[in-house]
Amino acid sequence: MRDNAILVVVARFTIPLIMLFALYVQFHGEYSPGGGFQAGVMFGAAWILFVLVYGLETGLRIIPERLIYTLACLGVLLYCFIGLLGVLLGGRYLDFYPLLPGKHAGQQAGIILVEFGVGVTVASVVMLIFLYFSRRRSQVEEAGLDVEWPGEEE
Amino acid sequence: MVAVAVVRQRDLFAAAMLFAIYSLLSAGLFAVLDAGDVALTEAAVGAGISTILVLAVLALTHRRERHRRGHDLPALAIVLVTGAGLVYASLDLPAFGDPDNPVHQHVAPYYIEQTYSDMGVPNLVAAVLASYRSIDTMGEAIVILTAGIIVFALLAAPPVRRQRRNRTGERGASDGEEESG
Repeated sequence: MRDNAILVVVARFTIPLIMLFALYVQFHGEYSPGGGFQAGVMFGAAWILFVLVYGLETGLRIIPERLIYTLACLGVLLYCFIGLLGVLLGGRYLDFYPLLPGKHAGQQAGIILVEFGVGVTVASVVMLIFLYFSRRRSQVEEAGLDVEWPGEEE
Repeated sequence: MVAVAVVRQRDLFAAAMLFAIYSLLSAGLFAVLDAGDVALTEAAVGAGISTILVLAVLALTHRRERHRRGHDLPALAIVLVTGAGLVYASLDLPAFGDPDNPVHQHVAPYYIEQTYSDMGVPNLVAAVLASYRSIDTMGEAIVILTAGIIVFALLAAPPVRRQRRNRTGERGASDGEEESG
């Protein structure tokens, strides 16, 4: 799709905006609607739009596949680690009050960090699923199998 | 109306697009009901990502649904019985929007009154999700990771050449005649 000038120009304009909005939704989630899940999905969607316009190879050059797996696991681990940090600092599991001194600071820091973990996981899993489905077709063709089944013509 | 169009549609590509429209309409409905978080989720996940994933899957299969002759009567009976049961159960539900509903009596007032003084976060939904119910949210994050791992397990290995070709070859030979008729 690289030769479609309109698509490329529009995508070039919108991808940074989508990513910026995803970051806004991520880190402004406790004031306005949003949070980790939505932000992660938006970030993944921006990457998918990039892949649709520039091709999978270019997309993987920016965020390598290995990094996507790592991030997917790190997000969940960050969540669990924040929970354990509460235990280490003398509270219960996923208790945010001991994280920082002050009445609200600990809760807010905990919420932001935990939502960040969720966002990272969601974004990388969305990318991962799209990556596998879109790569499958070329793999099937490489293996010499017919993608189109008989009876396709109407 | 859009839902009926989705069910009637034989062209799967058009059905995917109609699903996206359906999700967008529900997102608008949620926005009208002042549920900003749900509307955002529905627009991003329902209309955006799931449509793209369905399209990615469509690239691997047929564009059109295979035509079946006749109706599946047991399936129709199951759907009718389940639907009738659900409608019957919905008669017992409390009236929509009634402030005396059990939903509004249990923990909701506590969240609404205490969230700001507990943690100084204006968005109730974020507070409930990430702090009051943070173990649930951790479970959800783990579920998403599991989904990613399972897609990895199913699709990461390249397809095996010999087995698949035999199977599709046989199926193509037997099915081709029926479908063209």
